[in-house]
Amino acid sequence: MRVLRYILQKEFLQIFRDKSILAMMFVMPTIQLIIIPLAMNFDVKDINIAIVDNDHSSLSQKLVTKVGASGYFRYINAGTSYQKALPYIENGAADMIMEIPAGFERNLVREGIQKIAISVDGINGTKAALGAGYLNSVIADFNKNLQLNIIAITKQPAAQPVIDITFSNWYNPLSEYKYYIVPGVLVLLLTLIGGFISALNIVKEKEAGTIEQINVTPVKKWEFIAGKMVPFWVIGMIVFTLGLIVTWAVYGIFPEGSFGVLYLFAAVYLVALLGFGLLISTYSANQLQAMFIAFFFMMIFMLMSGLFTSVESMPAWAGAIAHLTPITHFIKVVRMIVLKGSDLGDIKTEFFYMILFAVVLNGWAIWNYKKTT
Amino acid sequence: MKQMKSVTLQNITKTYDKGKVLAVDDVSLTIDKGELFGLIGPDGAGKTSIFRILTTVLLADKGTATVDGFDTVKDYQAIRNRIGYMPGKFSLYQDLTVKENLSFFATLFGTSIEKNYDLIKDIYEQIKPFNNRRAGKLSGGMKQKLALCCALIHKPEVLFLDEPTTGVDVVSRREFWEMLKKLKQQGITILVSTPYMDEAVLCERIALIQNGRIMSVDTPQHIIAAYPVKLFAMRANNIYKLLSDLRKNEQVESSYPFGEYLHVTLKNGNEKDTGELRSWAEKQGHTHIEVKDIEPTIEDSFIRLMNEKKEMALPHS
Repeated sequence: MRVLRYILQKEFLQIFRDKSILAMMFVMPTIQLIIIPLAMNFDVKDINIAIVDNDHSSLSQKLVTKVGASGYFRYINAGTSYQKALPYIENGAADMIMEIPAGFERNLVREGIQKIAISVDGINGTKAALGAGYLNSVIADFNKNLQLNIIAITKQPAAQPVIDITFSNWYNPLSEYKYYIVPGVLVLLLTLIGGFISALNIVKEKEAGTIEQINVTPVKKWEFIAGKMVPFWVIGMIVFTLGLIVTWAVYGIFPEGSFGVLYLFAAVYLVALLGFGLLISTYSANQLQAMFIAFFFMMIFMLMSGLFTSVESMPAWAGAIAHLTPITHFIKVVRMIVLKGSDLGDIKTEFFYMILFAVVLNGWAIWNYKKTT
Repeated sequence: MKQMKSVTLQNITKTYDKGKVLAVDDVSLTIDKGELFGLIGPDGAGKTSIFRILTTVLLADKGTATVDGFDTVKDYQAIRNRIGYMPGKFSLYQDLTVKENLSFFATLFGTSIEKNYDLIKDIYEQIKPFNNRRAGKLSGGMKQKLALCCALIHKPEVLFLDEPTTGVDVVSRREFWEMLKKLKQQGITILVSTPYMDEAVLCERIALIQNGRIMSVDTPQHIIAAYPVKLFAMRANNIYKLLSDLRKNEQVESSYPFGEYLHVTLKNGNEKDTGELRSWAEKQGHTHIEVKDIEPTIEDSFIRLMNEKKEMALPHS
């Protein structure tokens, strides 16, 4: 234990000596946490729509006005025919075309049915899907009113039974993206900082040759690795706290659940994460290698962790990978505790997983850190 | 008996790249307690591999080695407490100061700078004015002194110095060897490797090593005395032509450039003298001829041993 204390002293001395890295570790995630969720807005607004109205009737005018009034769309003046409008999609000026055929009003009133063509630019998948969805609901709404109008004109008995859906979003009543995304981004940034600094650190000693000098001393494996872990664990907890402060100060999100459970989970998560970083460093010969390996896994962590896409909707194999990454569980748990107020009992499965990750990753790292070749 | 031997190697073999590269080839060696022993050989001869095996950071493929009576595999922890190692590459923390590095390594061994101050005093006094300078900002000679201090701070029984003078200026090198002699008086066994043949005579005993094999182990004086033939130094105004003429001459056993002279040995060389060589050179049309009898150096011995090994390897009639 005495040796460990001296190693810790040395590590902290080195960390505090490099002021720029120290500042980066705290300032970078703070700035990113402020910027990224604001930019990562899942609400799609200002969809450019080109409307080709071949009917010019009062009903078609009504539909056009209704689309504009929804607030999601912006008209693009794209000419008077589908052929003329299509180039606007091709060069990106319009996201969708709605074509109203000639005889729209007449057919609707006379036959009670009419078709409208919608063409959507599918390159930006989210925008296309959401835009088409919005437009569909606008038209559906238009339909409903239309029926009343036509019914009123023809004096037919009202027959169609309608299920009217009223729904509420639990834990996120206004369905605001920020409640969903901010806790996830916080976890992601913590993972990036913790993963990279721990992965690069032992490798740095390898590159500088200092590990050779340490290896011929009586320092034991676990003492050396613990000496590396503890400082970064402390830094990780500080970064996590900073992140929670930003989450509250900038986004007004205050954890519903207990801080105790949140910090307990974060503490175990950091042990697992740092173990992962150390494992990478024991397998790499230099900082560039460590950087690439760390980057490879960080990309997987980012895109498969359930931050952007739901883990449940992934193919089975991808879901399995997602469950094998610690970050997936931490994002889930942070969301549960912060938004839902879950307590330890609710997250015990994840907690168990995390302890398992911590033990396996660290055990592996210590086992693979060779003092003799 | 055990007390007398400080370091032993028995049939140590080490290969790299799954046996493709032979770094250390069946080396057996014994170093006595309190000896200043030199491992002399060119780059890539296997010196560092031997050092790393003895300092327990590398496992040999075959053979056994002991340091201070402890086995390098079984009792590696005991060895790590008893040795000081200064790797060829400067490997202290460059972002820590002189003082911080020294106290860190002292504490790792459960001691302090003050406790063993007398051992490092002479060396440490020289770098003390730079106590608060970061190790990375020191000059080459200072770095080397600091590294030696760090390797000595726990009063090791055996000191391993891997090419300590490579890349250090002539004055610092001389100073360094003076320091080693003083340390030897403290009873520390010192094993030092160097590619510089002129440093060999400063050791008590040396091993000449080439391609992972030990060619000769003895005192430098004995190795020089064992040089079997007369050695001549020659020069003329056209030294290049002289060399090519010498190599054509059937009487000449070996000839190679050495500083501003050519070193020459002759077949049945002990019966010849400088006069014969001079008259031969005059016949070849050389001017400003200078020929003298000289004492061989370690380097001459090394070259001779190396050539003998090569000839032994060649299956000629």
